[in-house]
Amino acid sequence: MAVKATLNRLDTKGSPYLYVAPFFILFGIFGLFPLIYTGYVSFNDWNLLDGGAHQWVGLANYREMLGDSYFWNALGNTLSIWVLSTVPQLLAALWIAHLLNHKLRARTSLRMGVLLPNITSIVAVTIVFTQLFGRDFGMINWLLGLVGVGPVDWQADTWSSHLAISTIVMWRWTGYNALIYLASMQAIPHDLYEAAELDGASPTQQFWRITVPNLRPTIIFTTVISTIGGLQIMAEPLLFAGTSTPTGGSDRQFQTIALFMYEQGFREFRFGYASAIAWTLCLIIAIFAVVNFLLTRRIAKDEE
Amino acid sequence: MRLSRSARLVAAAAATAMALTACGSGGDSGSGSDQVTLSVSLFGNFGYQELYKQYEKDHPNIKIQERTADYNAHHRDLATHLATNAGAADIEAVDTGFIAQMREVGNQFTDLGTERASEYLPWKWQASLTKDGKQIGYGTDVGGLAICYRRDLFQQAGLPADRDQVSAAWASGWDKYIALGEQFTKKAPKGTAFFDGGGALYNAVIGQAPVGFYNTDNSIVVSSNPEVRKAWDLVVQAIQANLSAKLIESSPEWNNGFAKGQFATIACPAWMMAKIKDQSKAFSGKWDVAAVPGGGGNWGGSYLTVPKQGKHVEEAKKLAAWLTAPDQQAKVFTTQGLLPSIPALYDKPEIGALKDPFFNNAPIGKIFTTAAKELKPQYQGPRAGDIQTTIRDGLVRVEQGKQSSEQSWTQTVSDVERLAK
Repeated sequence: MAVKATLNRLDTKGSPYLYVAPFFILFGIFGLFPLIYTGYVSFNDWNLLDGGAHQWVGLANYREMLGDSYFWNALGNTLSIWVLSTVPQLLAALWIAHLLNHKLRARTSLRMGVLLPNITSIVAVTIVFTQLFGRDFGMINWLLGLVGVGPVDWQADTWSSHLAISTIVMWRWTGYNALIYLASMQAIPHDLYEAAELDGASPTQQFWRITVPNLRPTIIFTTVISTIGGLQIMAEPLLFAGTSTPTGGSDRQFQTIALFMYEQGFREFRFGYASAIAWTLCLIIAIFAVVNFLLTRRIAKDEE
Repeated sequence: MRLSRSARLVAAAAATAMALTACGSGGDSGSGSDQVTLSVSLFGNFGYQELYKQYEKDHPNIKIQERTADYNAHHRDLATHLATNAGAADIEAVDTGFIAQMREVGNQFTDLGTERASEYLPWKWQASLTKDGKQIGYGTDVGGLAICYRRDLFQQAGLPADRDQVSAAWASGWDKYIALGEQFTKKAPKGTAFFDGGGALYNAVIGQAPVGFYNTDNSIVVSSNPEVRKAWDLVVQAIQANLSAKLIESSPEWNNGFAKGQFATIACPAWMMAKIKDQSKAFSGKWDVAAVPGGGGNWGGSYLTVPKQGKHVEEAKKLAAWLTAPDQQAKVFTTQGLLPSIPALYDKPEIGALKDPFFNNAPIGKIFTTAAKELKPQYQGPRAGDIQTTIRDGLVRVEQGKQSSEQSWTQTVSDVERLAK
C-alpha cells in the first residue's frame, strides 16, 4: 500500500513536469545550446573554411563591429524596413479584422483567404514581387507609367528598395495578424456594442472606443512578434537582389543585419565575427521587445 | 524562446543551405545491393544529361543524380559543406573564379593523381593543382572569348552584319568596339542597348590581361595593377556613352533581356552560347559570333572535384574522369558549345569545323579553338570570384547613376581590401 501511495504522490507531483519536459529538452538542444555556443564562438577568430581553426580574441569582434560602417548601414536598413512594413501592416490587419468581424457572405472562406499569403512559399512570393518591381518590364512601373510617372529603378535606391521589400513582408503577414485580431475581437462581449449603439455611438466610435482598447493585449503581442520577425528579415532582401549575393544591392542599400551576418559567416567565412553580429542582433531584439511592450501598453492605456 | 530565435539564425542559415541540397545527397544506395547513387552538383547547364544515360547504361549499378544552383549559391554552399564536413555531393563543380579558394583547402578533396596531366592545357591543369602537387579537379571546359551579336539588330541600325566585317571593325581593340556601339546607338531600335551590362563586359576585358586581380604569390593587386584600372575606365567609358542595358549577369532581369532583345552584343565565352540558346529561343538564327576585340582571353571554365566527405569516392572519381575524358568533352562541345580544355581535340575536324545553326552557322569551332590557342593564361587567386562580384557592384553603382566613376572606384578598392582580411 505504501508503494502505491508513493507512486500516487509521485504521479501527481511529477507528471506535470514530465508533460512539459519535451519543450524544455528541445529548447535546451535547439535553443539554449546554440545560443551559448554562438556566444563562445563570438569571442574567437574563427575561420569556417579552414577546418574550424580558431583563436580566442576576447571582445575584438564586438569592437570591430562597432567601428564597422557596414554594420551600422545594415542596422539602419533593418530599422527602416521594419518601420515601413510593421506600422502599415498592423493598421491594415486591424482594419481587415474589423471588416471580417461583420456579417458577410462566405465569411469563413474570406477569413481563411486572408491567411493564404502566409502559407505560400516565401521564395515564390519574393520572386513574384521582384518581377512586379522589375525595372524594365515590371508591372508596377507599367502602372506608374499609365499615370505619367517615369519608371523607378526599384533596386537602385535606398527608399525604393526598402519600400519594395516592405511590400513583400506586408503581403505575407497582414492576413496572419488580421486573423489574430479577429479571434480576439470575437471574444469582446457583444452587449458592449449593443449598449454603445443604444447610446448613439457611430461604428467608427465603437471601433476606437470599444474594439481597440479591448484588443490591447493582442496588439502588444502582434507588435512584439512583428518586431522580432522584422528585425530578422533576410530571405526577402537576399532574393530581391536576384543574384544571390548577400551584399544587398550595389551599394548595400538593402542589406539587413541578418544578411550582413550571413555575408560575414558564409561568404567571408568569419564565423566569430558573424556570431558577434548574431548576439548583437539578439540583444537589439530584446531591447526592442521591451521598449515595444512598454510603449504599446502605455498607448493602449491612454486610450481607455 | 524569443532570444533563442535570433541566436539560432546562424545555425538556421547553415541548416537551410543543407536542407536545400539534402534532397540530392539522400538515398545513396539500395538496401544491401551494389546499387550506388552518385550526386553531381553543378551550376548552370554542363550538358551532361545524355552522358549520364550512357554511363548508367554501361554501369548498371550506378545511378546519377544531378542538382544545380546558380553560380554564387553553388559555390557558397560548397564552401559551407566543406566547412561543416557534411552535405557535399559526390562530384562538385568549381568555376575558375573559385578554384583557387578550393585549392587552398585542397586536403578536403580527393587527389585525382597526375596521369592525365599531359592531356590538358598546361595552365588549366596547373590552376587546380595544390602547392604540394595534388590534383583536386579535372578541367571540364575553358571559356575562351568571342562576341556574340544579333545580326538583325545590327542590320536595323545600319551596321554591317557579316561576321567577318564585324570582327574586322573592332579587331584593333575595345575602343573600336565602343565606337561601333556609338554608331549603333544612333539608329538602334528603341529599347535596345549595345551590350548587356558593365559587369559582364568587365570580365571579358580583364580576362585578356596577363595579370588580373592577383600576383602568383596570392597577393591582391587590384589597386596597383594598371590593367585592372584600365579595364574599369574602358567599361565606364562604354557606360557613359549610354551603350549598356544595365543588366546584371545571370539575374532574372538579364534572362528577360535576352527574350526582349534588350541588347545587341554580349561578351561571349564558349559557355555563354548555351545560356543564349536557353534564354532567347525566339531569335534562333539571328545571333552570330564574331572575334573578340584585342586578341584572346579567358573568362570562366570549370572543374569537377571529388570532395573527400562523399560516400562513394572511388565511383565518383571514375565518373568525374569519364565525364571530362576527351570523347565526352568533344560531345559536350558539339551539343552544348562548351569549349574543351584538352587541346588535342582542337584539331579534330568535328571540333574545328563545327558550325552552329542557332548562330547563323557561325564557325564556332574555328572561332573558339583559335581563341583558346591565342589565350594568355591568367593566374587566379583565392578570392577571384568575390573580387569579380565586388567590381561588378562598383560598375553597377556607376550604371545606376549613384556614384561617379572615381567615387565608385575608391569604394570598390576598399571593399576588395576588406575581402583580403
